Amino acid sequence: MEEILNIKNLTKAYDDIVVLEQVNLTVHKGEVVVIVGPSGCGKSTLLRCINAFEEIREGTVSLCGETINPCREKLNKVRERIGMVFQSYDLFPHKTVLQNMTLAPVKVKKANKKDAEQEALALLERIGLSTKKDSYPRQLSGGQKQRVAIVRALMMHPEVLLLDEITAALDPEMVREVLDVVINLAKEGRTMVIVTHELAFARAVADRMVFIDCGRIVEEGTPEEFFENPKTDRLRKFLDSFSY
Amino acid sequence: MGFEVLFKGSNMLRLLSGLGVALRISLVSVLISIGAGLVLGSLMTVKKPVINVLSKIYLEFFRIMPQMVLLFLVYFGTTKVLGVNMSAETASVIVFSLWGTAEMSDLVRGALKGIPTAQYESSYALGLNVRQTYIHIIIPQIIRRMLPLSINLVTRMIKTTGIVMMIGIVEILKVGQQIIEANRKTSPDAAFGVFATIFVLYFLVCWPISILSKHLEKKWES
Repeated sequence: MEEILNIKNLTKAYDDIVVLEQVNLTVHKGEVVVIVGPSGCGKSTLLRCINAFEEIREGTVSLCGETINPCREKLNKVRERIGMVFQSYDLFPHKTVLQNMTLAPVKVKKANKKDAEQEALALLERIGLSTKKDSYPRQLSGGQKQRVAIVRALMMHPEVLLLDEITAALDPEMVREVLDVVINLAKEGRTMVIVTHELAFARAVADRMVFIDCGRIVEEGTPEEFFENPKTDRLRKFLDSFSY
Repeated sequence: MGFEVLFKGSNMLRLLSGLGVALRISLVSVLISIGAGLVLGSLMTVKKPVINVLSKIYLEFFRIMPQMVLLFLVYFGTTKVLGVNMSAETASVIVFSLWGTAEMSDLVRGALKGIPTAQYESSYALGLNVRQTYIHIIIPQIIRRMLPLSINLVTRMIKTTGIVMMIGIVEILKVGQQIIEANRKTSPDAAFGVFATIFVLYFLVCWPISILSKHLEKKWES
């Protein structure tokens, strides 16, 4: 299977504090990798390292065989190919839903504005928000904003989509609508790396689960093994902490 | 009531040209303040202690100091000490620009700091470069946050121009005084008519500006 992302021996540290240590992770085309772990374990940092939002101390990250080099000019080119959605659904408040979606394709990819709009409308239709195309972000609910943020990232046709705790800031009743969008993307065969606290969702969407604790990958495996037969004590304890 | 003096000779015209002087000083100062305030305000968000302290001192100094004291200091003080001979209007523009820059830089700094890091990051994540991010994402938001407040600064400046008559500039208030003086015998009530007219003129200038500011604030509310 074609390799999309390859993280090799990645170490990330803030001065003396090591946040990620010797992390190795490969993501293949069409694969959905879900990363879980306790708060502060470094899972979000790992995602941010992929996109070069964080400098890494050691190791390499490569996208389709090409090493991501955090020198400025090429970085934009690489980021075009990596979609990222954040916890705080950061739509641009001064632009409408449609403008939010078409900005990057038109300005960065020099796409035709009409074509980009057509595509955006089709995507909005699919997530049930076509009536909101001219609304401003402030007129949307949290769940709606996050759904728009996801399809905004799709507009760039990324080779991999990084989702960083996209439901963590949402009211509980809006989590579902956002996760449904992601599950549909997984069914389409999108390559995704997802950091989440929603274990039930993780199980439903993942091809492979990764458990990070204290900056290291402690365990990985298929969702069945991972949830039914955790091999390490640490993962067992982590999973137990979610059940009442 | 004293309004009749306004129709004598070219009194009304003189009053209006006095208003023109006041507006000219404010307009030039506002333009300088916007430019310098943008630069200073951006500098204030840079994490350099020396720059931060210096800009803070500048900001506090010019905001706390009464504009009239500043005006005397620049107009009368510098001529003797520095041997600079500047016109009263130049001195006024300098003072209003120094003050306006302080106010404006604080607005710029506030607007810049108010934009969450996530706005930059989600823009970079979409592949926009630094220049595109500023042009399409950051600057439009800064302008929206700042414009209503900077418009208020304009009206405050126009209102404060009254003090420039203290260094001999014949602006609207001074013209008013001259008219009253000249007609003290014939129309003793002139003070009321003239100052009431000046009041209305100030109002007519500042009101639309303040409406514009309210309108923009409402439009961009988020």
